[in-house]
Parts: sequence; C-alpha cells; structure tokens
Amino acid sequence: MTAYKPYIIVWAALLILTVVTWQVSYIDLGVYNVVAALVIASVKASLVALFFMHLRKENALVWAFALFPLGMLAIIIFGTLADTLFR
Amino acid sequence: MTASLNDRGYLTEKGFRSWAYTLDHKRIGVMYMFTTLVFFLVGGVFGLLIRLELLKPGAWLFTPQVYNELFTMHGSMMIFLFIIPGIPSGFGNFFIPMLVGARDVAFPRLNLISFWLFIAGTLVVLGSLVSPMDTGWTFYTPYSARTGAAVTTLSFGIFLVGMSSILTGLNFIVTIHKLRAPGMTWHRMPLFIWGMYATSIIQVLATPVVGITFLLLAMERIFGIGFFDPAKGGDPLLFQHFFWFYSHPVVYVMILPAMGIISEVIPVFTRKPIFGYRAIAYSSLAIAFAGFLVWGHHMFVSGMSNIAAIIFSFLTFSVAIPTGIKVFNWISTMYKGSITFEPPMMYALTFIFLFIVGGLTGPFLGALATDEHLHDTYFVVAHFHYTMMGGTVMGLFAGIHYWFPKMTGRMLVERTARVAWLLMFIGFNITFFNMFILGFRGMPRRYATYPAQFQGQHIISTVGSWILAVGIVIMFYNFVRCMYKGEPAPPNPWGGKTLEWTTASPPPTENFEEIPVVTDWPYSYGKKGE
Amino acid sequence: MDTVREKIFPEDPLVAYQSAKLGIWAFLATEVLLFGGLFVTYTVFRIKYPAMFHDGHMKLDRTVGAINTVVLICSSLSVALGIAAIRQGKVRVLRTCLLLTVACGATFLCVKYFEWSKHLAEGIGPGTDIFFSLYYMMTGLHGLHVIGGMAALSTMYVLAGRGRFSAEYHTPVEITGIYWHFVDLVWIYLFPMLYLIG
Repeated sequence: MTAYKPYIIVWAALLILTVVTWQVSYIDLGVYNVVAALVIASVKASLVALFFMHLRKENALVWAFALFPLGMLAIIIFGTLADTLFR
Repeated sequence: MTASLNDRGYLTEKGFRSWAYTLDHKRIGVMYMFTTLVFFLVGGVFGLLIRLELLKPGAWLFTPQVYNELFTMHGSMMIFLFIIPGIPSGFGNFFIPMLVGARDVAFPRLNLISFWLFIAGTLVVLGSLVSPMDTGWTFYTPYSARTGAAVTTLSFGIFLVGMSSILTGLNFIVTIHKLRAPGMTWHRMPLFIWGMYATSIIQVLATPVVGITFLLLAMERIFGIGFFDPAKGGDPLLFQHFFWFYSHPVVYVMILPAMGIISEVIPVFTRKPIFGYRAIAYSSLAIAFAGFLVWGHHMFVSGMSNIAAIIFSFLTFSVAIPTGIKVFNWISTMYKGSITFEPPMMYALTFIFLFIVGGLTGPFLGALATDEHLHDTYFVVAHFHYTMMGGTVMGLFAGIHYWFPKMTGRMLVERTARVAWLLMFIGFNITFFNMFILGFRGMPRRYATYPAQFQGQHIISTVGSWILAVGIVIMFYNFVRCMYKGEPAPPNPWGGKTLEWTTASPPPTENFEEIPVVTDWPYSYGKKGE
Repeated sequence: MDTVREKIFPEDPLVAYQSAKLGIWAFLATEVLLFGGLFVTYTVFRIKYPAMFHDGHMKLDRTVGAINTVVLICSSLSVALGIAAIRQGKVRVLRTCLLLTVACGATFLCVKYFEWSKHLAEGIGPGTDIFFSLYYMMTGLHGLHVIGGMAALSTMYVLAGRGRFSAEYHTPVEITGIYWHFVDLVWIYLFPMLYLIG
C-alpha cells in the first residue's frame, strides 16, 4: 500500500488544482487569467511528468530527451511570432 | 586469403519472405537502398523531361499545366522518396550497428515497421499521380488548398514517409546511446556515427512539424478549416513557417550523413588520421542545432515582418561556421597524406569541391538585399543542386563505391567507375553552373516559357543534363553488373579501420562472432607499417 | 523469452529497459512537436483575434471540460497504480488498473462525443471560424491519441493475462504508461487554452 501513497497524493493535488483553475476562470482578472491558467497547467503538467512519469528518478539523459523538445517548441513559437507580431 | 563467393553471409537465405519479414538491419538497409535509388532514377527522368521542355522558349512539348506537374513530381520524389531517406535509411541502417559494434539496431521490429511504412507512403505518393500535384514541392497555400490535384493523397503519402523517417531516427538515437561496443566511448565513435546521430535528432524533432502541416492542409481541403486561408481569416505565411521549420533542418538531414561518409573515406585513402576529430564531431551537432534557427530565410520576399527577416538573415550566416570547420579539417587531413584516387576518394573529393561551390552561393541568398533579386530564380536552383546533388548525391556515390564490396562481397570495376565519374562531373557542372548565371540574369524558376534571350543558356543546361544522365546510367550499369559478376571482395579491400572491415564481405547475419572490445579510435593510420 | 531482445541486449536486461525508456521519451519528443504546431497556430490566432476567442470559449461548457480533465487525471492515477502493482509482481491488480484506465479513456471519449454532437447540431463545425477550427483539430488529434493509448493499454491487459509480465520484467507496461500520461499532459494544457481563457 505504501507504494501507492505518493501517486494518490499527487492525484489529489491534481484534482485540487483542476478545481482551482476551473473556478478562477469565472473571476475576471484581465490578462492575469491567461497567466494563472497557464501557470496552474504547468504545475499540473510538472506533477504528472515528475511523479507519474517517474522523471524525478531518471538520469540526466532522459531529462535532456524530455526538455530539449520544449526548447524547440519555444523556438518555433518565437520565430513565428517574430513575424506575425511585427508585420 | 583468397576471397571466395561461397559464403554469402547475411545474403544466404533466399525467398521473398526472408526479405519481407526480416529483422536484419542489413537487409532492411539494402531494401531501402534499392527503393530510394529507383526513385532517384524516376525523379531523374522527370528532371530530364523538364530540361527537354526548356530547350525552346514556348511551351512546345508540354502544356504549362503538365510542366507544373513535372517539376512538382521531380522535386517531391527526389526530396521525400530519395534524398531524405537515402543515406540514413540505407547506409544508416546497414552500417550504424556495424560501426558501433552491435548486432542490430535497438528496436529491430520497429525498424521493419519503419520500412513498410515507407513503402506504404511511396505507394500512396505514386497513387497521387492519377491527378498529379502542380504546386511545386513546397505546396504553398492558398493554391495547394484549392487546386484540383490529389493534394490530400500526396500529403498522406508524405505523412507516412515522414513517420518512417521519425521512427528510424528514434531507433538510431537509442542504438548510438546504448549499443556501442565495450570500450567505444563517444570519442572513439566513427565520425559517420556522429553525423548520423545529429541527423537523427533533426529527424525526430523537425519531421513532426511537417506532419502536422500536411495534416492541416488535408483538413483545410476536407473540412474547410481556415488556418492558412486569408478568406477565412487565416494566414498563408503560417503554412510557410511550419513548412520551412521542417524543410530547412531537413537539408541538414540530407547533408550530414554525406559529410559523415566523407569523414570516413578521406582518412582511409589518405592513410592519415582525420584532422580535428572533435571539431568535426561537434560541428555536426552545431549544424543540427543552428539549422533549426534559420527557416525564415526561405520567406524573405513573402511579406514577413522586417524584424523577423533581419533576425533570420543574421542567424543564417552562423550555419556556415561549423560547415567551414568540416571542410578545413578534411583538407588538413589530406595535407602531407598518402593520397590515392580510388573511386570512393574521387567522389569524396568531388563532394568537397562541389559542396563548397554550393555552400558559398548560400550567403548570396541569406543576405536580404541580394536575396530580393535572386529569390525564385535559377540561382536558387543552381545553389541547391550544387549542395544536394554535388554534395549529398556525390557523398552517396562515394559511400556506394566504398561500401559496395562489404555489402555485396564483390568489387566494382574501377575503369567503369572512372568513366562514369568523368561524365557526371562534366555534365553536372555544365548543367548547373550555367544556372547561376541564368538566375543572376533574371530567369525565374518553375516557368515553362521564357524570353528568347535565355534560350542559349537553357540549351547548354539541357545538353549538360544529357551528359550527366549518361554518366549516371553507366555508373548504375557498373552496380548492377558487378552485383552478379563482380570480382570477389576481400574483407578489407581499402584497409579501413572501422569495425565493419573486421567482418567478412558480405558480413554474417549476426555481424560479429563476438562483440569486439574497442581500445582505440578508428583513425590510427600512418603508424608503423600502415 | 523474447529472442529479439536477447539478441540485441545479451548481457544486461537493464540496458534493454533503459533503451526502451529512451525510445518512448524520444517518441514523446515527436509528439510535443506534432501538437506544438497546433499550439503555435493557437498562439498566433489568439493574439490576432481576441474577441473571436472570447466568444468561442464562452460557447464551450467549462464544467464538462473540467469533468473530462478529472476523468483523465483519474486514468493517469489508475495506470500509475497498476505499474506500482506489477513492480511488486501483482498481476491481477495490474489488470484491474489497466481496465480502469481504459474505462476512463472511454468515458473521456464519450463525453467528447456528446460535446461535439451538440456543437455540430447547432451548426458549429470545424469550418465555422478559426477558433472552432482549432477546437476541433486540437481535441480531435488528442482524441486520436486517446484511442491509440487505449489500444496499447488493452494490448497490455491481454498480454498480462497471458503471464508476460512480472516484477522483474514489465517494460512494455511502463512504456505504455508513460505514453498515457503524456496524453493526459496534453489535455492539461488544452483544457485551459480552449475552455478557460478568453
């Protein structure tokens, strides 16, 4: 049973964060709605990656495989925006 | 030790099923090679037809519509069905496990799936010929979303080919990380492996973007979604950003394996250790990374913002640095070496010469002011044929002449190879150097008709294409004839020091009787008695 | 038992396990870039058409979206528990957990089906406007991945029933689990991006 406990705790945290982000969306915070939603989503994503996907226990190579594509994603987003935002 | 033809190694087992269901990376590599070389010839025929039409200024042989289809199919076939899979899926599959001292790739079943995905993709692409694409291989929207041609079919075919490419790259990355023989540290790996590693990273990260691009194009045609359609509030340049985010890095997928082959061939035929091993190794990674930052340089005249244009132009110049590093190191390797000019070396030297020409014409296009005039002219056509054909294809031919004895257990005929090479070299330069000037004078690309003042140069290029074609045919004749009638090859005809030369020609199915233990890098030439 | 695995990784089963891990993370890298194209599209058009995105997101039912998010989070828990179980050799618990995960996946798809039907009945389709093109494309592509994940999980269920997995060897299950978590991860971003911010 003790093997299951960490997962249940993370699951509970994810549920709480889901409720939070859902309810916060009903409050008008202007641009901070976007910030709040993305920050909460990123926290949830990190919990899933670190604990459910066992990234916490993996070596540097696996971390590189996990993080590098995010860097590439940033490049394509910013490169495209460099065009579309300034036309 | 006299070579005999009795032991055919991995080629022993016969029958369709032994090939179709094989898990042997060598057989899978051979099947890829056959398929991609067939598409090289088919794509080449389309190229010859293009040049034939351009003999006269008017549309005399084909209608402009058919001409559009010809250059689209020439480009699409050459790029997606020949040059991208070519060296990686062919030589990569055959030689990566052998060069790292493994029995196979990390995921052999996935490898077989990759191959059949590739075949499925090629069949779908061929199926699209019922209503051939006429958009150019770049498929720009909005035309590609509206044309009556079989865009969705072709997109799906390329999607499958792309999936194959992704899974192959993934397989290679894990193989290189995990299956190197004991003692083979990263810095004792052959440089072909470094090149393939960098290539595989690009394949894994860039190909999905073109995948989603083709998916969205198909969705636009089927469901009317409007991301790329100005009439629906969409942005045609978004298509171009996605398309080039893949298609620029993919030119490094094309060139890095070829550069890897050159790094293997030069030391062997110079009898000298490679100069600047780490510089060459790291430059492969640098090229792969820098290649992801510059895609906007294909879009300078598209209406992109000035800020983006300036940033992309600046970054484009950075890619030249690691490339130059490689060229200088190859030349330094040859300095004071014992050079012999067997066919692999001839093609390797040809690569360096022609690739430099192609590479030096890149900055003309990367600079905003000159690109304004040169974009979409024959200057661009010349530039990419010098880099892709003068570069990658010559590198491929160098690899074929180098590794043919190992793969088939037979030697090629040197004299035939030299005759073919000479015709190719002459034909290639006549065809394509002429195009730099043609483009500079203002001849646009993808036009079936043109003003009479350009006809003289077009005739020159067409005649050049015939000389080039004859050379290629002679070379392929050499391949096919020697596959059956060539002299038996010894295990190590060239005196190479990478691991594949320690096995028989052709190698046994399990590659090595015992997995070797590596104690040195594979370039220790020129020591006593070598 | 697996002759291919024995041939490639003769010495050390750990190398096979680590290779499989690298393989799945490399595959997820490709998925990040695949969905990434849609994320770029979303960003570009959100900046360009803030009003359309506001109107669009108001037409989506946030509560339903939140329920679907909870369903997927529960499915991630069940597969994680299943893997924890097989690490202790508990095959029957693994199978139950796999079944629960598939059931959650099916629930997610059913809810999605009702959402889509409702919109389509109101005449809101993928061609309606850019926001809904994005909505249908992103949730559609995600849905395809849910189906793929369910197929993989079901295969694991069947293989577990044939005694293929043990405390010593259950790599395919772990790999499938990592893939499934990724499917959950994508939705964790899709939910706020489509339903919550406008």
